[in-house]
Amino acid sequence: MTTATHAAGSTEASASKPATMAQALNQALRDALAADPAVHILGEDVGTLGGVFRITDGLTKEFGEDRCTDTPLAEAGILGTAVGMAMYGLRPVVEMQFDAFAYPSFEQLVSHVARMRNRTRGAMPLPLTIRIPYGGGIGGVEHHSDSSEAYYLHTPGLHVVTPATVEDAYGLLRAAIASDDPVVFLEPKRLYWSKSQWSPQEPAEVPPIGKAVVRRPGRTATLITYGPSLPVCLEAAEAAKEDGWDLGVVDLRSLVPFDEETVAAVVRGTGRAVVVHESSGFGGAGAEIAARITERCFHHLEAPVLRVAGFDIPYPPPMLERHHLPGVDRILDAVGRLQWEEG
Amino acid sequence: MTVLDTPAWRPRTDAAPLLPDPEPFRLLGTPEAAALDPALLRALYGQLVRGRRYNAQATALTKQGRLAVYPSSTGQEACEIAAALALQPQDWLFPSYRDTLAVVARGVDPVEALTLLRGDWHTGYDPHTHRVAPLSTPLATQLPHAVGLAHAARLSGDDVVALAMVGDGGTSEGDFHEALNFAAVWKAPVVFLVQNNGFAISVPLAKQTAAPTIAHKAVGYGMPGRLVDGNDAAAMHQVLTEAVERARTGGGPTLIEAVTYRIDAHTNADDATRYRDDSEVAAWRAHDPIAVLERELTSRGLLDDTLRDSTAADAEEMAASLRERMHSDPQLDPMDLFAHVYAEPTPQLREQQAQLQAELEAERQS
Repeated sequence: MTTATHAAGSTEASASKPATMAQALNQALRDALAADPAVHILGEDVGTLGGVFRITDGLTKEFGEDRCTDTPLAEAGILGTAVGMAMYGLRPVVEMQFDAFAYPSFEQLVSHVARMRNRTRGAMPLPLTIRIPYGGGIGGVEHHSDSSEAYYLHTPGLHVVTPATVEDAYGLLRAAIASDDPVVFLEPKRLYWSKSQWSPQEPAEVPPIGKAVVRRPGRTATLITYGPSLPVCLEAAEAAKEDGWDLGVVDLRSLVPFDEETVAAVVRGTGRAVVVHESSGFGGAGAEIAARITERCFHHLEAPVLRVAGFDIPYPPPMLERHHLPGVDRILDAVGRLQWEEG
Repeated sequence: MTVLDTPAWRPRTDAAPLLPDPEPFRLLGTPEAAALDPALLRALYGQLVRGRRYNAQATALTKQGRLAVYPSSTGQEACEIAAALALQPQDWLFPSYRDTLAVVARGVDPVEALTLLRGDWHTGYDPHTHRVAPLSTPLATQLPHAVGLAHAARLSGDDVVALAMVGDGGTSEGDFHEALNFAAVWKAPVVFLVQNNGFAISVPLAKQTAAPTIAHKAVGYGMPGRLVDGNDAAAMHQVLTEAVERARTGGGPTLIEAVTYRIDAHTNADDATRYRDDSEVAAWRAHDPIAVLERELTSRGLLDDTLRDSTAADAEEMAASLRERMHSDPQLDPMDLFAHVYAEPTPQLREQQAQLQAELEAERQS
């Protein structure tokens, strides 16, 4: 994988101040636009406004309306025209304003984006990134908090990537834009304002898509998670020390490709695993991950692989969402059910 | 006086020049036809006859089990051929599943054009070779692709027009609306050709839209709408050529409604007698695109028995070659199923690849 370098001095975050995930994403887009004239950003309000989350802030001013374009308000049209642009050799980066607003583009995604390379025997790959702010925890009203990853990871031909840290937000977005395959890039919107000492001025390593990372080593059980649930899992692992558990945390970073090797190696070491995500559990990513761990690590397991997920309900209204989202207590409760007495 | 009486609000476009003519535009059989280039008329004639023969041969191949399905465009050959001939080599064609004739007339190998319908792969040709997008099965979804490609070409400073084809049923889809809207807002060099053949499988146009004509829909997007006799090959060629030229010179998109008729059933698997009368089909047969063109050629002394015979022989030769080539079994490699899902297979796909490999090995040994 390549190492990306930045256009210097063009960011709002100074070297001395910690950067937010939103700033890191903005910098990744800016650097991608500067590095490759084929990169074009399309979306609703991405121009003058800079996006409702300001991820495209300043990009139209810096690169012009042809490179960062306010489109009509029509998600199928945005993605459909982006397909055509990619067919011509451009490298479009599409912004869907919110998770639930991406659904009108679902047919374009499933029937064309995911299949064009395969349909044409590789003659027409679609290097196309679809950025989707996803997940809850921001007090959003209905249709602003969906975790839609399961719809996408069930569609062969798509890569599904989600950063959980400021550094990965930069690196994985650069990797997604550089990829010759379509990438659904899920941005955990409640982490947009999370901060890191990482400075956007430093050259950042672009991580390969499809590699999980161990965020916290642990000897007694492993929490496997991604995106918005990573900070919750790290908090739970810290709290678990009081109960005498040394919990490790794996950040998948990419759901497709799924880094089975890393996950299996870690779980074989601990013999106990809990998969944590905020989307509904039934038919969710955790079901697939738990099944694969069981298939690969059965003889190393001390307990069934458990899942901690959002309930199987439509996303709740904001005043009730804290009951839906997996929190530290629900995670520790699951850890407590990992058959310790038999271990 | 309110703000609505000030320049703060005003219509963005004068609607009147965008309106289609009240009657479908025609050339053949009119006095204007005298000015038409004989070479063009002969070229159209040769292609229409070939096209009809292709449809007949492909339909026959479904009966012989050589094609899974074939949606015939018999009766609509003038639209198909004019669409292909109106484009320059660098332009792009975005066909729907009924547009195999346009794809072949554009230069795609007649057998490769049938790959989707034979079922040995989804697209049999490299879209870049003749600048023909894959035949689109989902309705109207190819239209925004055409807009995006045309827009990208313009951003790149390239002289490229995209022509997107869709049927009357497809105009009810959301993607039709979104594509036309994006094209007009972006002033993209794209032409939308709607073949209104009367039916979406079994559903007649009256149940599809309450618009005065499909061409009228253009006005709502701020682009001109043109209404054409879709069985008049010369009129189709002229209107398409004008729209392509308009797009090429920065005039933006055009919506063209070609009024035509699907003489055959929706596909070989459809029974059209369940939803339409023979008398209706007969009325349209009397306005057959090949017959209309033949009358013009004959009245101008451009068609004699020699040309008629050589044209028929040429079509027959094409059909024989198609028949022969389609009667050989395609060489399939099941491992191709994994080759093009991603640039690099995922670890899980590699495992599944190995599984299929083992299954194939076991099959060979049993």
